[in-house]
Amino acid sequence: MNEFISNIMIGIGLLFSFFGCLGLIRLPDIYNRLQSATKCVTLGACCILLSLVIRYGFNDIGIKALIAIPILFFTSTSGAHALLKGSHISGFKMWGKSVTDHYSDDTLGKEEETTEKS
Amino acid sequence: MEWIDFSLWFLIALTALCLLRVIMGPTVGDRVVAIDIMGIIVVGICVVLAIRTGKSFLIDIGIAWIILSFIGTITMAKYLERRKLNE
Repeated sequence: MNEFISNIMIGIGLLFSFFGCLGLIRLPDIYNRLQSATKCVTLGACCILLSLVIRYGFNDIGIKALIAIPILFFTSTSGAHALLKGSHISGFKMWGKSVTDHYSDDTLGKEEETTEKS
Repeated sequence: MEWIDFSLWFLIALTALCLLRVIMGPTVGDRVVAIDIMGIIVVGICVVLAIRTGKSFLIDIGIAWIILSFIGTITMAKYLERRKLNE
């Protein structure tokens, strides 16, 4: 029974990873690709780790997988956020059909101050 | 065990898709994103290998891979931001 549930969890993880990679290939823009791929693939890897916990219980393998879940969650999302901010400051162009860009509206006044200081 | 083998080959095919984006990505940011995603999928490969072989040190390799991928992503983000590392 445990093996059956863990196989189902592996299937869910594979599905999420596949959709994330499909978004990475098909979407037109770096920002779209980042938001699609990071969320889906992180959830897929967390599902696969959770299937390990379900299959083996609280062994040494299960405890290590349970430790790896929050590490994966926080490092992946914060790294994606830093990369998004860096690529926006670096000036990569958005897709032509994008409608709004709140971040550049917010930081329009602040960048002049920082350039004056330096 | 056949299902485990299938999921292993499926994850390897997904890393091939990420390498496709690395090759044809138009900007630097696309390549960095693809490398980051490929690192997370490799963690999944390590976990499936741990299920197949029953060895527990493969999860340690996965955790170390997560942290190294995070450091690489942060470094490339700071490089794209054109700032120093200690700022």
